Amino acid sequence: MKKNLPSWFWAVAMLVLLLGFNLFFTPGFFGLHVRDGRIYGSLVDVLNRAAPVALLSLGMTLVIAARGVDLSVGAIMAVAGTVAACLITRPKDTPFAGIDLHGSVLGIVLFSLAVAAVCGLFNGMLVSFFELQPIVATLLLMVAGRGIAQLFSGGQIVTFENPAFANLGKGALLGLPIPIWIAASGFGFFTLLCRGTALGLFVEATGSNPTAARYAGVNAGRILLTVYVLSAVCAGVAGLIGTADIQAADANQAGLYLELDAILAVAVGGTSLMGGRFSLIGSVIGALLMQTLTTTILTRGISTEVTLVVKAAIVVAVCLLQSPIFRQWSRGMFVRARA
Amino acid sequence: MVAWNVCEGTRMNLRERLPILITATAAIALFVAAGLHFDHFFSLRVFVSLFGDKAFMGVAAVGLTFVILTGGIDLSVGSLVGCSSIMAASLIQNGHFHPLVALSLPLLFGLFVGWVQGILVAKFQLPSFLVTLAGLFFCRGMGFRISQEAISIHHPYFDSLTEFAIHLPGHANVNLPPIVFLIVVVIGAFVAKQTPFGRAIYAVGGNAASARLMGLPVQRTLVMAYMVSGFCAALGGGLFALYTSAGNASAGTGLELDAIAAVVIGGTLLSGGFGSVFGTLLGVCILGIVNSAITFQGTLSSWWTKIVIGVLLLAFMLVQKGIERAAKRRVHG
Amino acid sequence: MRGISKRFLGVTALEGVEFEVRAGEVHALMGENGAGKSTLIKVMTGVYTPEEGEIVLGDKSIRPRSPDDAVKEGISTVYQEVNLVPNLSVAENICLGREPRGPLGIKWKALRARAEKALARVGVEIDVRRSLGGCSIAIQQMVAIARALDVSAKVLVLDEPTSSLDANEVTQLFDAIRRLRSEGLGIVFVTHFLDQVYELSDRITILRNGQKVGTWNAAELTRLELVSQMIGRDASALDRTISAASSEVNAAKPFLTAKELGREGSVNGLDFEIKPGQVLGLAGLLGSGRTETVRLLFGLDSADKGTLDLDGVSIRHFGPKRAIKQGFGLCVEDRKAEGIFPELTIRENMMVVMQAKQGWLRKIPSTKQKELATDLTGRLKVQPPDIERQIQFLSGGNQQKALLARWLSVDPRLLLLDEPTRGIDVGAKFEIMSLVERLRLEGKSFVFVSSEIAEVVRSATQVLVLRDRKVVGSLEGNAITEENIVNAIAGEAV
Repeated sequence: MKKNLPSWFWAVAMLVLLLGFNLFFTPGFFGLHVRDGRIYGSLVDVLNRAAPVALLSLGMTLVIAARGVDLSVGAIMAVAGTVAACLITRPKDTPFAGIDLHGSVLGIVLFSLAVAAVCGLFNGMLVSFFELQPIVATLLLMVAGRGIAQLFSGGQIVTFENPAFANLGKGALLGLPIPIWIAASGFGFFTLLCRGTALGLFVEATGSNPTAARYAGVNAGRILLTVYVLSAVCAGVAGLIGTADIQAADANQAGLYLELDAILAVAVGGTSLMGGRFSLIGSVIGALLMQTLTTTILTRGISTEVTLVVKAAIVVAVCLLQSPIFRQWSRGMFVRARA
Repeated sequence: MVAWNVCEGTRMNLRERLPILITATAAIALFVAAGLHFDHFFSLRVFVSLFGDKAFMGVAAVGLTFVILTGGIDLSVGSLVGCSSIMAASLIQNGHFHPLVALSLPLLFGLFVGWVQGILVAKFQLPSFLVTLAGLFFCRGMGFRISQEAISIHHPYFDSLTEFAIHLPGHANVNLPPIVFLIVVVIGAFVAKQTPFGRAIYAVGGNAASARLMGLPVQRTLVMAYMVSGFCAALGGGLFALYTSAGNASAGTGLELDAIAAVVIGGTLLSGGFGSVFGTLLGVCILGIVNSAITFQGTLSSWWTKIVIGVLLLAFMLVQKGIERAAKRRVHG
Repeated sequence: MRGISKRFLGVTALEGVEFEVRAGEVHALMGENGAGKSTLIKVMTGVYTPEEGEIVLGDKSIRPRSPDDAVKEGISTVYQEVNLVPNLSVAENICLGREPRGPLGIKWKALRARAEKALARVGVEIDVRRSLGGCSIAIQQMVAIARALDVSAKVLVLDEPTSSLDANEVTQLFDAIRRLRSEGLGIVFVTHFLDQVYELSDRITILRNGQKVGTWNAAELTRLELVSQMIGRDASALDRTISAASSEVNAAKPFLTAKELGREGSVNGLDFEIKPGQVLGLAGLLGSGRTETVRLLFGLDSADKGTLDLDGVSIRHFGPKRAIKQGFGLCVEDRKAEGIFPELTIRENMMVVMQAKQGWLRKIPSTKQKELATDLTGRLKVQPPDIERQIQFLSGGNQQKALLARWLSVDPRLLLLDEPTRGIDVGAKFEIMSLVERLRLEGKSFVFVSSEIAEVVRSATQVLVLRDRKVVGSLEGNAITEENIVNAIAGEAV
């Protein structure tokens, strides 16, 4: 039986445990109420706040499955958010003064995502064509990306007023916040993309054994390009949500350290960091787990910085549980303890 | 002098010396260009301040060099700087410890963090960036646990430390942080060059499987590399406290990126085995010059620093890759 | 030193093998893949500990638990792939881990002097400050030996030290080995090159299937006997079943023609035609250029000499993707490193080639995948027939069948099989061989590489014999006999 546990088992178990804890000890955690046609409550809040990391983790899942990692997603969020904000305000002395999209939200979104995709293409080229290690290749944009975003914004926090665009972050549809819908459709899209086409198989094959993949006729280079672009576009969407939510783009703070959260969500969700098999649902559950944890700590009045320490502990614990060497070692300890 | 004699252990051919030569040339060229472009740039004062501003980052970068030489990475150095600075400040202000004790205790903490990370990487073979990512969160969290706010330090002995300076001509004052940085560079270079531990670091980074077959204690070497990095980062935190007369849990945010950039620009290969502490010193210099030049320029905004560092980083990595490929072709062809 | 004797039972890799090295002799250890040579060496050098048996060095029984242990006892090894650190200097590689130290750290001068002394023993004089990576493989090999000598070794194990050296370098290495022999060292020498065995060794021990075949004085063992002892004659070998069919094959029109095909440093002088329904066997010892030939044909390496024509059109500089499009398939020698996707299921492992050929957009519907995989699993008798099981949990033979199925799904014209029966049990071997014969009759062609001559004889319609990366013979029809192949490999007139 034990062999058939799905890879995301531990994440779900933790999530259930945490929700159970809240059921008994956090009054009103499961309470929902409707005001102005919108549903409010801790659960909705968790979903809403988890949306950006969930989106990031979707792209990150594919990158990690292909034996890579994308450290630049936080910076790309900042880039996409800043581009969108600048397209709305069109500050003088920036390249954006000359681009008039007539306030079309669709135009703004597509343009910003295109910029994000270019960032992803850059990462992908470095990894596949120049064969740089993924950590290093994506580190470049992690460093320079925020600089580029500040270059766009002129170093200012760009605030704007565009109710239609702001809806992306603050609006609601059928009573639920729009970010939840975006993340859900992102998940749907990725599931369709990976399981409805052969992309999932190719990514898994490339990550599981790159040489064998090449010998089997899989174009590993193109697969790598694709996953890095997808990851960057996800980051772009997450960046737009973040910017729309606060109606401002802060190139320094937007998405700061979110790449780490995304990697954690993927790792906790049961995707092996060595590449190969991946689980999209696991990553989403991982993102939810992280947010539930944060919200729980917040609502219990424990200071927020503890979240960081707990996150660190969870990552190490989950990775150790996945590590065959640790299992062997702990079994050895157990046997010795009994003897 | 040991530290400057880069070629003592290994007479390197041009291929291996190329990265560090490029770095050195770039450092000199940048300095000269900035000197010609800006008035007053060519002064001892500016030169000294290059080191002053970058001392705490530089110390962390020296430690990081050891980890990168083994082929790993340590992302926790930035948050460790913040954590140990606030720890030291809190020990002085709230715990009423003597500053010397307060500055030493974080060093033990750094060693401990490095030890745990090293065990996880070496013994359980978890990916180093994931382990040190957790380390980053852990240290940040611990730092904020001590105090959310920055704590400024007021203590007569501590003040005497911050005010300590060697006066050089041209209004150049050398404070404690750059002195400590240079001492750390010298010790680091000595350890890397002259001790079996240092050579084992290179061997593990060059080929861990071979090193094991050659009878080297690979696990112990790895753990010690992470401990060195933790120690240096904690020391960097102490220097930060000296530099600002305060401890701040959010100090060193993003410092790990600067440190990695300095190491890579200094010619150390991220795949391990090649590089030197001396190169890291050059890398820190280049970052310092870029920073100062942009400040001098005045009209250029600070974010240009990030972009320039990114471009430099890209250029150096592509050069390294090119050298690597050329070497491979030579061996196979 | 009186020698080493070792017995141990119960391990399939080695069964009750005894082996003895005398001081001042070069003792060649011979055997094909899987014969147990490397296991024996690893036991001797402390990488493995034997379940049974003992190692006696001098008159003391030793039990090395690690390579380090073995080195301390006086048994040093130089491996096929130089196990040194390329980024350090020659001197450091010799002294690493036991550097002379003073108050100011490592004493470089003393270290260099020691390294120079050790190198002098093998007759090498170079600047020891150079970095090892910049030296030729031969020098690196010498440095490895010098390192072994630096700890006053009594026994030196050389595991295929010559496989990446050219003729001059081999001479240089052999001079060094002779010098050490005269100093009284016991030297174990593993190689696949017959000439070298006879040039250097005093005695020869042959292993086969984890058992010792025997030990001979080199002067008393003919080449022919050596080769046949290594290969062994499979008593259960079936008679040639296909000689009758050869004439039909000969009548068919070739679709792939190689002329003088070759690649610098890889394999040379390939001249052959491949016709529908043909099995082209490649015979030769390990390292003779068999795998290299297959790599050239599948586009993994590109040829720099000669021509390759497919259906009358010259093809060159193609990659595996195009090779697959042309109807080629490749079953690699190292299944684990280059063949299987360990965490993926049998079905996914089977479907990947077909899917790659169709492109990522046109996913094969899962019902069709299941149907195909189940069908292939049944046809090839993959056990267990559970197509959703991860392939890493299958036995080697069943993994191999699944990999064959991967190619059969796209109906290739030419299948390149590199040691398809290596490391798998007799039953699976037989099934794979019969499958090849069945497919051949359907008109598919094969290039078939095997270390087991009996297999080649049984299934090939034409055999190319390779030695030292060159084609040295071509046999057809009734001329394909074990004897002829063995003769050709051993370098005697066919």
